[in-house]
Amino acid sequence: MKYHFLDQYRDAESFIHRLDPRSKFLAMLALVSVIVLTPHDGWLAYGLFLVFNLTLLFLSRVPFFYMLKRSLAVLPFVFMVAVLLPFCSAGTEVCGANIGGWHIGITREGLILTAGIFCKVWLAVLPVILVTATTNVNDLLKGLEKLKMPAIMVMLMSFMYRYLFVISDEAERLSLARNSRSFGGGVRLHVRTLGYMAGALFLRSYERGEQIYGAMLSRGFDGHGRSLNQLSMRLADVFYLATIMVVALMIALSPLLLRNLNA
Amino acid sequence: MPEVIAVENLCYTYPDGQPALCGVSLSIQEGETVALIGPNGAGKSTLLFHLNGLLHSHEGAVRVLGQIVHDKNLKTVRRQVGMVFQNPDNQLFSPTVFDDVAFGPLNLGMKEAEVCSAVQQSLEAVGMTGYEKRSPHHMSLGEKRRIAIATVLAMSPAVLVLDEPSANLDPGGKWHLIELLRSLPQTKLIVSHDLEMVQELCSRAIVMDGGRVVADGSQQDILKDRILLMAHRLAAPNL
Repeated sequence: MKYHFLDQYRDAESFIHRLDPRSKFLAMLALVSVIVLTPHDGWLAYGLFLVFNLTLLFLSRVPFFYMLKRSLAVLPFVFMVAVLLPFCSAGTEVCGANIGGWHIGITREGLILTAGIFCKVWLAVLPVILVTATTNVNDLLKGLEKLKMPAIMVMLMSFMYRYLFVISDEAERLSLARNSRSFGGGVRLHVRTLGYMAGALFLRSYERGEQIYGAMLSRGFDGHGRSLNQLSMRLADVFYLATIMVVALMIALSPLLLRNLNA
Repeated sequence: MPEVIAVENLCYTYPDGQPALCGVSLSIQEGETVALIGPNGAGKSTLLFHLNGLLHSHEGAVRVLGQIVHDKNLKTVRRQVGMVFQNPDNQLFSPTVFDDVAFGPLNLGMKEAEVCSAVQQSLEAVGMTGYEKRSPHHMSLGEKRRIAIATVLAMSPAVLVLDEPSANLDPGGKWHLIELLRSLPQTKLIVSHDLEMVQELCSRAIVMDGGRVVADGSQQDILKDRILLMAHRLAAPNL
């Protein structure tokens, strides 16, 4: 298979791999929520979350560099949001410049806020990587279904997963066909061809969608998603979920605890 | 012999006004293996889509096991007419083989144990036992075709309708498929350009062109009739 990047599941044996997808998903949700709700200058909590996340990754035997590579993918998105923050926050100015009558300055508070947001997002992505690397997509979808996610959304995600491969193959064929006929030409021509390709891909996917729907109808589909679901929660799942929730809460409350100790 | 499929004077015009079927009539008896051949654009696929009610026409009628196909009995009809589409990537839409083969039985409201045994039996019938957990995107075209047939067999249809089952298969894969189809006891209607397969499998052949049935007879007679085949772009022209 060519598209490894679509299949994030890592085949390994660890007790986290064997857990029920529901407990993994709920634990992730809890952990991410707590990380996101941490104050943006909660450096101690960030440190503890990092240690906790790394411990979980170590226990799941997901390779560290694999995790690091995947987690970096989120940074461009944060960058787009956070790049203006140092300029927009009130506080003590670190450096500034006058440009054509406008004063632009970076504040200390703004820098701290930005750094905090970067840490927070990066930390919040780690539990997600843990789930996707230790659960195969089918099990995850079954888990979501059992967690009462609307059937239509589960179906959409399942189709998305199934047809990503088919459509990337199609895109590759299109670009092969283009490469074998394009000799030089300016940027404008290049961009126009790219536009045609995107259009062709869209039309083909649309037609494919109709055919898939026909195939579903032919096998008795009537708008209700039905599937056999043989997931079962065991004691280990309850234990895992409880541990993660308790540790996450303890980390979230750690500044308070420390303050009480010092007082 | 009871009649499995009867098409009576069926006409269909595409929404854009182009006529696709102009008075098609044919009848398929139980146990027959019938080939439906004809040039591109003859209306073969359009006819197929009427057989299980994916398309509806206001002129003419389709009967499946004696019942006229209409809005109310679509579920029954679709169970009886097992439609295998040309592109298995469109027929196999679930993340795993098991889910795909179980899709039909689940929609028919079977119980869990029945679903599992239906899946097992149909995978066995197409020689794909042990593929339950696999994903379609990891499989070859020939394997996907077999699974596509299994998805339909799981609903125990009375008739199998196959659209170009040998398209794009290498000769080895094609002969595997021919053997597989020969081993299935159901009545079969096979749309194909592959006259070699038609010769191997079918007892009867129906030739369509321009939305009409232009010939209907024994496979041997039709495939021997070079003038007929040439007239409908089914054989090499005399150059």
